[in-house]
Amino acid sequence: MSIEARIADEQPETFKFSAENEKEIKRIVAKYPKGRQASAVMPLLDLAQRQHDNWIPMKAIELIARKLDMAEIRVLEVATFYTMFNLKPVGKYFLQACTTTPCWLRGSDEMMRCIKDRYAIASGETSECGRFSLLEVECLGACVNAPILQVNDDFYEDLDYASTAALLDSLEADAPLPVGSVMGRSGSEATSGATSLATLKPKQSGVANA
Amino acid sequence: MPKLTVNDIEVVVEDGATVLHACEAANVEIPRFCYHDRLSIAGNCRMCLVDMERAPKPIASCAMPAGDGMVIRTDTDRVKKAREGVMEFLLINHPLDCPICDQGGECDLQDQAMGYGFDGSRFDENKRAVENKHMGPLISTTMTRCIHCTRCVRFATEVAGVPELGAIGRGESVEITTYLEKTLASELSANVIDLCPVGALTSKPYAFAARPWELNKTESIDVMDALGSNIRVDARGAQVMRVLPRLNEDINEEWISDKTRYAVDGLRRQRLDRPYLRGRDGRLAPASWDDAFKAIAAKMKKAKPATMAAIAGDQVDAEAMFALKTLFGKMGSGNIDCRQDGAKIGGARAGYLFNSTIAGIDDADALLIIGSNPRIEAAVLNARIRRNWLSTGLPVGVVGPKMDLTYDAAFLGDEPAVLADLASGKHKFAAKLKKAKRPMIIIGMGALARADGAAVLGQSRDIAETYGVVTKTWNGFNILHSAASRVAGLDMGFVPEKSGLDVEAMCKAAEAGKLDLVWLLGADEADLPRLKNAFIVYQGHHGDNGAHHADVVLPGAAYTEKDGIYLNTEGRVQYANRAAFPPGEAREDWAILRAFAGVMKINFGFDSLDELRELLFRAVPHFADRDMISPTKWVKFGSRAKVKPVKFTTAIDNFYMTCAISRASETMAECMRANGTDRAEAAE
Repeated sequence: MSIEARIADEQPETFKFSAENEKEIKRIVAKYPKGRQASAVMPLLDLAQRQHDNWIPMKAIELIARKLDMAEIRVLEVATFYTMFNLKPVGKYFLQACTTTPCWLRGSDEMMRCIKDRYAIASGETSECGRFSLLEVECLGACVNAPILQVNDDFYEDLDYASTAALLDSLEADAPLPVGSVMGRSGSEATSGATSLATLKPKQSGVANA
Repeated sequence: MPKLTVNDIEVVVEDGATVLHACEAANVEIPRFCYHDRLSIAGNCRMCLVDMERAPKPIASCAMPAGDGMVIRTDTDRVKKAREGVMEFLLINHPLDCPICDQGGECDLQDQAMGYGFDGSRFDENKRAVENKHMGPLISTTMTRCIHCTRCVRFATEVAGVPELGAIGRGESVEITTYLEKTLASELSANVIDLCPVGALTSKPYAFAARPWELNKTESIDVMDALGSNIRVDARGAQVMRVLPRLNEDINEEWISDKTRYAVDGLRRQRLDRPYLRGRDGRLAPASWDDAFKAIAAKMKKAKPATMAAIAGDQVDAEAMFALKTLFGKMGSGNIDCRQDGAKIGGARAGYLFNSTIAGIDDADALLIIGSNPRIEAAVLNARIRRNWLSTGLPVGVVGPKMDLTYDAAFLGDEPAVLADLASGKHKFAAKLKKAKRPMIIIGMGALARADGAAVLGQSRDIAETYGVVTKTWNGFNILHSAASRVAGLDMGFVPEKSGLDVEAMCKAAEAGKLDLVWLLGADEADLPRLKNAFIVYQGHHGDNGAHHADVVLPGAAYTEKDGIYLNTEGRVQYANRAAFPPGEAREDWAILRAFAGVMKINFGFDSLDELRELLFRAVPHFADRDMISPTKWVKFGSRAKVKPVKFTTAIDNFYMTCAISRASETMAECMRANGTDRAEAAE
């Protein structure tokens, strides 16, 4: 996607950090040696995004540049490098779908098909209702429970067409399913239950289908 | 000092050198795109891959420090294959538009593709396309051609000191842009065009104007500021198409300012291409050389020598000044001056030269700037100060108005009283000067071109003496001129003789009706309306201020149209060469004066430029020492008078328009507009 398309056309006139976040900024900046405050750019961008409906306006970028004594373009470079920073509004539920090889092998196409069937959106687009945005991302680092769909900060794992639909139903009702594997496996155990050290009989089994 | 072998050749390189340096020392050429001698190392183009013994894969020679005992090979099949691979990747997204690209014929990618390119493409997918970016009136962008070497980004951040360029996005979607597509706000911005190894950044004013192989290239000297930057003038027929920098480590390295590069389109506009005479109706009318000379001669023969005066302008060559000085000398008038701005300098050479030399800035460890804005008055020199500041944290103090110099500077105030405080050690900054081993003072015309300039000079000299600015091995007392012709004029004594009039006195005399004739040699910046009672002869190349006030206009040659000697602010003698012929009936300035001497029946003693130069060298021997600076003695200069409590200013407010050529330049006018309104919409 070109850079122009990634930055919102309509920008707010101003941006201010909340008093709470200002305090947090002080704490973050204090972590770095004097003169190295630019290292705090990513946590500050994250703060701005969380405060501002999950996207970062250009005014926030300029404010962060001033706060950290950086050139504006340097902050924009960081903000555009990471897909995790949104530079234009996204829906209440920001879906980041992993389609890298392990997820793809385990059926991420089905997961994507489900999302597209329901909302007719491609990567980088927001649904008509405005509540769902989709972004195809590279490896989310949870290949053992592939395929993965990240909803805002949370991972939903082991998705197929039906379970993705169920997940989206729950999101539409604003009553999200519990985070983690939708087939209910604990951690990254094999789907068929523990295969080694089975005789040890853990005190508490988290395996739902055991 | 590591010792290593490159293709069986043993070389020893400096500590901190890279493998690429070692290869160059062994006379092995390494292809590169991102690496540049004067920029930090990025190591991202991968074109400079070489083989190192015991390394599992080729290494990027630009980023690998040379180590003792390394065995490097650049001629193996693996190296060739690696480079071909890199080239193939680069060409995947690079458009095949060389025939319509301005970089064609002088393109690094084109050249290196001849060595490492494949004859066809194996890439069947779509090429990536990138929208062009707005970077101001000088830089034209075709971003699809960009190979992301980031040379421009590093130049803007490191050398120019305006961190406005950046690479946003990542992977295949990386794009080079300025923040919100603002104009690149630097006086050195157009150097990114030279740095760009492909045709992504090309020259906007020169767009589709010429191909490099159809240009006549002339090595010459710039006159837009007093640095004497080394330039190459590219002309096609009579027209100067462009100006490029030429390498000179002691002066401009390989940069030039935007004015040096782009004011040349002013050479095509408002040119004086024939003599003019002011008629009875008060309007200038075309005339023949004969009539013009006769009109002047009639006036001169009637006037007393003491009522005639001559002013030399800021871009005049030494030969023209020498010829004019000879003319006035033979007529018995001592009213000559080359200081249009009324700067109170002259006499002892050490009192008007950049004594430390420009390269000496690299050695300074404290800097005091008085009444100057080097960023505007000598942009390339300012980049050198910035480099010192970046690497050593050079403490800089400024006596003058606040300004953005691209490096941290302490503004000590613009009141002359600060100088006295510095001299007595009362001021805070004095401690930094005291601590320094090689302190430096730069004094601009903003402090000297005022009635009490000599006193400011004297007081500055006191500061220099107090803080060891001048020692046996170091002279950090520097005058930064803003006029290219000034040092040559002062060296040859183009200043009033005893009881002669300087510019201010000429103006006063003219106002009192006591001045009959003034000869302006390219002088457009003097306070000309005050001279209106006198008969004004203007000899120059542009219909600018001087010509507007003149009674007779003699069309001369601009700096690209004559061979000439210029002395830069260091006192370095440099020879400029003719790149094109002056337009119409215009002639070289020395020749005009020689012809006029014939009309006046005065014997100059020379009939050619060579004979003139011989006489000039006899009068001022060091003018013959090409590219040299003749040594000066540290003697008394300046005055002990009191400095009036008038605030210091800087000599130039507007970087883009300082002379007749730049005022006539459309490109410079556009730069000014862009600086006022720097959003993309305004300029598009």
